[in-house]
Amino acid sequence: MNRVIYLDHAATTPADPEVVAVMQPWHSELFGNPSTVYSLGLTSSEALQEAREVVARFLGAAPEEIYFTSGGTESDNWALTGTADALAGKGKHLVTSGIEHHAVLETTEYMEKRGYEVTRVPVDSGGLVDPEDVRRALRPDTILISVMHANNEVGTIQPIAEIGKVAKEAGVLFHTDAVQTGGKMPLDVNDLGVDMLSLSAHKFYGPKGVGLLYVRKKTRITPLLHGGGQERGRRAGTHNVPGIMGLAKAVELAAARMSEDALREAALRDRLWSGLEAAIPCIFQNGDPAHRLPNNLNVRLEGIEGESMILMLDMEGICVSSGSACTTGSLEPSHVLLAMGVPAENAHGSLRITLGRSTTDEDIDHFIQVFPPIVDRLREMSPVWCSRCACKQRN
Amino acid sequence: MVLSLRLQTKELDMYSELVMEHFRNPRNMGSIEDADGVGEVGNPQCGDMMRITIKVKDDVLEDIKFQTLGCGAAVATSSMVTEMAKGKSLEEAITISNKAVAEALGGLPPAKMHCSNLAADGLRAAIDDYRAKQAAKTS
Repeated sequence: MNRVIYLDHAATTPADPEVVAVMQPWHSELFGNPSTVYSLGLTSSEALQEAREVVARFLGAAPEEIYFTSGGTESDNWALTGTADALAGKGKHLVTSGIEHHAVLETTEYMEKRGYEVTRVPVDSGGLVDPEDVRRALRPDTILISVMHANNEVGTIQPIAEIGKVAKEAGVLFHTDAVQTGGKMPLDVNDLGVDMLSLSAHKFYGPKGVGLLYVRKKTRITPLLHGGGQERGRRAGTHNVPGIMGLAKAVELAAARMSEDALREAALRDRLWSGLEAAIPCIFQNGDPAHRLPNNLNVRLEGIEGESMILMLDMEGICVSSGSACTTGSLEPSHVLLAMGVPAENAHGSLRITLGRSTTDEDIDHFIQVFPPIVDRLREMSPVWCSRCACKQRN
Repeated sequence: MVLSLRLQTKELDMYSELVMEHFRNPRNMGSIEDADGVGEVGNPQCGDMMRITIKVKDDVLEDIKFQTLGCGAAVATSSMVTEMAKGKSLEEAITISNKAVAEALGGLPPAKMHCSNLAADGLRAAIDDYRAKQAAKTS
């Protein structure tokens, strides 16, 4: 069994060969710094402008509202710290959700250390935020709302447009981390009603190390990096031209094929779930059944711990992720699953399976074939599993 | 390795080949029906739990089996501690330290060191249980 079956597309995706091909010349023969005035540099700055326009069109934004960054984490950090700093005179209260990616979660914790107050609105058992909870969390000194578009673990898609209306009515800035939806569904910043939006190229077949922050015109935000004045003086540093060209190509490809990809992957995902549900007792889905990413299946299994499942699947050449943070050395289970009310012992036994363009029917068949015996074996090893007992939970 | 760097698995925060070998083929996995001593340590809420059952004859660990819920390191250390303890006298077995189990496995990634605590603690709990039962019988 030499072939690797990659089912962790929420972690990262392979760059599309067309993306790699587009990037190639900008590393070597077209290496000019876009901030210079001779023709070699101008070639780069023209390409950069073209890339900016492609991305802006994709988001329904103006080119000058696009700020290229090193990726999702940088964009999230900057959106929060930059606006909070710029608006500190107006207030020091932020509203976010309990299931944000660590790039937002940890930034809000950092803001708390710096004297800001943060309200984290709860989610329901499927991981959905209620826009009315966001409205109720608002205070006269609230300066920013940040709620992610789709959750990276369970794939739940938030009602961003409705939260956008709440934000607009209250006159509060609204940021969304759209790293998981970028390239998977149409994104229009006006339809969504967001003032800032983070994207990362490597999540949709673009290169690693490049992303963007959309910042609506007239939004007050302090510069992230000080230096040579790039990105209208707000994000200095020589542009990552190959990466940005790759990002723009990935956006183009995604725009052309996202609906086809979504239909195909959702059908495979649903078939995978039916197969697993039929073969494995006491297996449940995490996340909202209706409002979810087309390529995401997150399951929890009673009586098993996540990392041992991952190691055993790895021996079969299958790459998936766990909902458990045990792999990072902490025994804390996923904050997302806990916020959804999943008991800690079951949160540890969760698995995230995310499909992508390379996923085939055979991959799904193979998974359905090899996973049930792994579950049996780990349950046989488990001191808490009882094969004769009824499942402790229900879906 | 793309950059031909010679990093040790420990520096890469990965499991050693021996750890993976014990994970793939755990020794003494299961449960002894008429056990003389049972040790249970850990907590499913923390994602780590171990149950050790022992059979004792003439103060020697005649048989030992484990069941473990947990990560790769938890399974491997459970397997290793049973292998180290089997056939030993209770006095010897109770001195097996968490550190010794980890060392016998060729080390564990720093983040996983806490898992090795489970194994030796579980063994000690089973021996304590056996001794308590014996004391109850003789008194």
